[in-house]
Amino acid sequence: MNPEHAPIIQMKDIEKHFGSVIALAGVSVDVFPGECHCLLGDNGAGKSTFIKTMSGVHQPTHGEILFEGKPMHFADPRDAIAAGIATVHQHLAMIPLMSVSRNFFMGNEPVRKVGPMSFFDHDYANKVTMEEMRKMGINLRGPDQAVGTLSGGERQTVAIARAVHFGAKVLILDEPTSALGVRQTANVLATIDKVRKQGIAVVFITHNVRHALAVGDRFTVLNRGQTLGTAQRGQITPEELQDLMAGGQEMVELEGSLGGTV
Amino acid sequence: MGESAQNATLTDERIKEISPLRKALIRPELGGMVGTVAVFTFFLLFAFDSGMFNAQGMMNWSVVSAQFMIIAVGACLLMIAGEFDLSVGSMIGFSGMMIAIFSVTLGWPVWMAIIVTFAMAIAIGGLNGWIVIRTGLPSFIVTLAFLFILRGFTIFLPQVIERKTIIGGVKDAAEGDWLAPIFGGKILQGLFHWLGDAGIIAVFERGTRAGQPVVDGVPMLIVWAIVLIIFGHVLLTKTKFGNWIFASGGDAEAARNSGVPVNKVKILMFMFTAFCATVFAVCQVMEFGSAGADRGLLKEFEAIIAVVIGGALLTGGYGSVLGAALGALIFGVVQQGLFFAGVESSLFRVFLGVILLGAVILNTYIRRIITGER
Repeated sequence: MNPEHAPIIQMKDIEKHFGSVIALAGVSVDVFPGECHCLLGDNGAGKSTFIKTMSGVHQPTHGEILFEGKPMHFADPRDAIAAGIATVHQHLAMIPLMSVSRNFFMGNEPVRKVGPMSFFDHDYANKVTMEEMRKMGINLRGPDQAVGTLSGGERQTVAIARAVHFGAKVLILDEPTSALGVRQTANVLATIDKVRKQGIAVVFITHNVRHALAVGDRFTVLNRGQTLGTAQRGQITPEELQDLMAGGQEMVELEGSLGGTV
Repeated sequence: MGESAQNATLTDERIKEISPLRKALIRPELGGMVGTVAVFTFFLLFAFDSGMFNAQGMMNWSVVSAQFMIIAVGACLLMIAGEFDLSVGSMIGFSGMMIAIFSVTLGWPVWMAIIVTFAMAIAIGGLNGWIVIRTGLPSFIVTLAFLFILRGFTIFLPQVIERKTIIGGVKDAAEGDWLAPIFGGKILQGLFHWLGDAGIIAVFERGTRAGQPVVDGVPMLIVWAIVLIIFGHVLLTKTKFGNWIFASGGDAEAARNSGVPVNKVKILMFMFTAFCATVFAVCQVMEFGSAGADRGLLKEFEAIIAVVIGGALLTGGYGSVLGAALGALIFGVVQQGLFFAGVESSLFRVFLGVILLGAVILNTYIRRIITGER
C-alpha cells in the first residue's frame, strides 16, 4: 500500500438489511490503488453481500460509498463496470464452448467497418488476446482454443486479464482460488500480484488464510456482518486471522483437538 | 513473422500437440461434410441412371433441400442462442393461409398481403421470445403451445370464412404484382433456354411448350436459401452480434455479466426464425397458387434435425449455419433420392431416426473434446 495515494473506494458504515435479516451491520473499508485488500470471513459472514454492494448489485440500506473521493450511487452493475469496478466471479465468468478470444472480447467486441456494415475484427481480437495472455504467463495453443480446454486457474486468469484490459481500476475477485489446486492457486496469486503492480486496487475475497497472506497488503475480517478491524501485513499472524474469522473461542478449542492442522 | 518465432520459444511443454483429426472434429460442419459426401457417393453409385442427376432430377432435390435450408438457418441461429422453436411448421401453415385470406378472400394486393403477413409472423415470433424470457419457461413448452394455437387458427379461419381448408387462386391474384415474383419467380431463364437450345439439358419434345427446356430457370426459393445461408453464416461468425448469439446460448448468466443483451438477442432470434418460416410459406404459396391448412406439418422437427446433423448442440452455444445447410442438403437429397432409387418412401423416416441419433451422439462426443469434460 502506498500512503501517498488517496483511497480509490471508501465504504463508510455500510448496512444492508434483507427484510428482518441484517446482513451487514455497519462495515467500513478503504481500498487503495495498487494494494491487494483481502476480505476474509467464514461462510455467511457477509462477504458476498459486501462485495455485491461495492459492485452495484445491491444498494446499501445505510452508509456511503465514495469512489475516487466522490459519493457514488450505482443503480446496477453496469454503472459500476462503467466507473471501473470489475468483478470476477468464481463461476459464470467464461463460456467453455467459445474460444479464448471470443470470450475475452465478449460484450466488448472490436469492430471493423466495411462500408455501411461493421464486422467483428477477429485479427485484432486474436492479437490482443495472445498478447494479454502472454503477459499473464499463459501460452495458448492459439486464440481460437476453447476456454473449456483451460484449467480453472487459467480461466480465472483470462477473466482477470480481461477486466484489466478493459480498464478496471478496482478488481473484485470473488473466491478465485477456492476451487483450485495448489499449482493453479499459485498461478492466480501470481496474477493478482502482477495486477496490483500495475496500480490497480484488488479486493480479494477468500476464506483461506494462507492464500490471503501470500499476496495481501491489508486484511479485513468480516464476522456476522461486522468488521473486526483491518490489519496491515506483518501485524497479524495466520493464527490470529483464523481466530478472527471463526469468532475466537470455539476455534481455539477445535484447533487444540485437531492438533493445529486447520 | 517475428511473432511466430516468439511463439515457438514460448511453447509450453505441458500443452500436448493435438492431432489434425481431433482439430477437424472440433469444427461443427465436419459431420455435415462427411454426410454430404457419403450421401452423394451412395446415390451416384446406386441411382445414377434413375434421372436423379439430370437437370430435372437435380432441380427436384435442390428445391426440396432449399426448403429445408430456409427453415434450418432460422432454427440454427435460434438453437445456438440456446432456444428452440417448435412452432415453425405451424407458422408456415399460418403465414401461407394469411396470405391467401388477405389476397384472395379480402382482395388486397398481393404485395400488401405479403408484407402484412411478414409483420404478423415476426410479431408472433417476438411474442414467443418475450414469453420465454419473461416467464423463464423452457422454449420447448412455450413454442409447443404456439404449435397448436397457430395450427388451430390455420384450420379454423378458412373454414369459417370460405367453408374449406384450402384457399386457391393466389396465382391469379399475384398476376402482375411487383413483390410476388421475389418469392415465386425464377431467375437465369435465359441461361436455361440457351442450355436447352444447345442440347445440354432436356427440352420438351411435344405439346405447347415443345422446344422449351424442361427446367426453365432457378426458382427464387433456391435464391432465398442461398441468401439466408450467407446472411446467417456472416452474421454468426463475422459480427459482434454473432458473438452475442454464441454467448447467449453458451451461458446466459456469464454473457449477462459481460454486458451482452441476452434477452434482446434471444427475442430477435425468435423473430428471425418466424421470418424464415414465412419466407418458406410465401414461396410455397406462390408456387402452388394455394394455401392449405396442413402445410408445414412436422417442419419444425425436420428443421431441428437438419441443424443437429449440421453439428449444433441441442443445449446451445455451439453450431454452424453452413453445417445446418449441409444437414438440410443431406435431408433433401436422401428424401428425393430414395424416391428415384425406387425405395419405399417410408424408409426415409427410418433413415431420419438413425441419422439423428448418430449425429447427436457424435455431437456430444465432440462437445466433450472441446470442453475437456470427462
